[in-house]
Amino acid sequence: MADVHLPTTLTPLFAGLPRRLDVDAGSVDEMFAQLDSRWPGLRDRLCEPGVADLRRHIHVYVDQRRARLDTPLEQRSRVDVIAAISGG
Amino acid sequence: MSRTLLLVGTRKGLFVMESDEGRRDWRLRGPLCEGWPVYHAIFDEASGAMYAAAASEWHGSAVWRSTDLGETWTLSSEGLAYEDGRRLSKVSNLCAAHGRVFVGVEAPGIFASGDGGQTWSLYSTLSGLPGSEEWDDPQNQPPGHLGISAIMSDPDERERVWAIVQGVGLFETRDDGKTWTPRNRGLRADWPREHEEVGFCVHKVVRARTDGDRMFQQNHVGMHRSDDCGASWTEITEGLPTQFGFAAAVHPHDRDTFFVIPLDPGHGRTMPDGRAAVWRTRDAGSSWERLDRGLPQDGAYLGVLREGMAGDRYDDPGFYFGTSTGQVYASADGGDSWNEIASYLPAISSVEVATVD
Repeated sequence: MADVHLPTTLTPLFAGLPRRLDVDAGSVDEMFAQLDSRWPGLRDRLCEPGVADLRRHIHVYVDQRRARLDTPLEQRSRVDVIAAISGG
Repeated sequence: MSRTLLLVGTRKGLFVMESDEGRRDWRLRGPLCEGWPVYHAIFDEASGAMYAAAASEWHGSAVWRSTDLGETWTLSSEGLAYEDGRRLSKVSNLCAAHGRVFVGVEAPGIFASGDGGQTWSLYSTLSGLPGSEEWDDPQNQPPGHLGISAIMSDPDERERVWAIVQGVGLFETRDDGKTWTPRNRGLRADWPREHEEVGFCVHKVVRARTDGDRMFQQNHVGMHRSDDCGASWTEITEGLPTQFGFAAAVHPHDRDTFFVIPLDPGHGRTMPDGRAAVWRTRDAGSSWERLDRGLPQDGAYLGVLREGMAGDRYDDPGFYFGTSTGQVYASADGGDSWNEIASYLPAISSVEVATVD
């Protein structure tokens, strides 16, 4: 199970979505698909619509390394989904 | 007694202001929609739902909806995507009519929802019109990136819709989006244009409630009136302090009365000389009067965007405008005098008014 940490800007958008949860998935893309099946619309908030890419200001790190949608996950991977901290 | 609700879209979320029919004391709720930048928010009289077009820098574009007058909100962007590779960068403008909700987006296109904003599908991209190849190029999008900056429905004819393409012009369909006709005849442009019928910077079009043929238009280079439902336009700028502005509103009971907020046409785009004023015509644009009672007259460099002014429909109608520096002003006497009813909101993109029994 990957140890998934989500940004604080995301959780208010979906009822019952926690900041941290365990997901059994083989890649970042699969992880988002699983989350989207439980909280419909979640993938749209993190990925560009119509293309297989993360949104411009959403970064994903797997075990502290910058990841993409096709980055594989290990059983004990830590996944951090980060909303860029810039803005005013 | 009716409740009067103002939906104020700001750069930091939606705010709802509420009063009664007297419209003197106002209560403020917000920020709503999780503080997302809201470009336009509307109330659908038929369903009682509120909608807010918003775009988060982090989480993309979506339309928020509330069925309890703004107490709780949910969002959806299901179906809000192009399938041809074009990027949908922003949801700009909303319109609800005949059981549907429309949202205008950039790259220019209109999406529609028939299930109260839960799912969306592409209604039209206005493709094939003169200039459409240019406006589909992301490099050609004007600042603001509104795409479709306004959508206007017809209260009687479901298939009749008007849309403004930002920086291009006004278009009308009478077959529910299958074909569109440019409605820019008689407009002036102070720049070269490649196509005779398009290339006009239409900021705001409003239609008289008591005469469907009467429209008014504020654009980049003047005020205009149409007496044939947009088929042709006559300039009525003379008497105004500038030709430039964004916002406009119609009187709910008088086809000849119309309000605008002229702005400095330069880079600042604020009220001229730092003196705030709304301008009113009561004779369809033959003459204009400056309305400034209650508005600041010194150092008031206020901007008002294209959806920043609205009017209610009471017998003695009220008018409202919100500024790019976070003030909301209200008039309960047809524009004769104004009160500041909010002072410190975030930058305001839109103001709409709803009355609820």
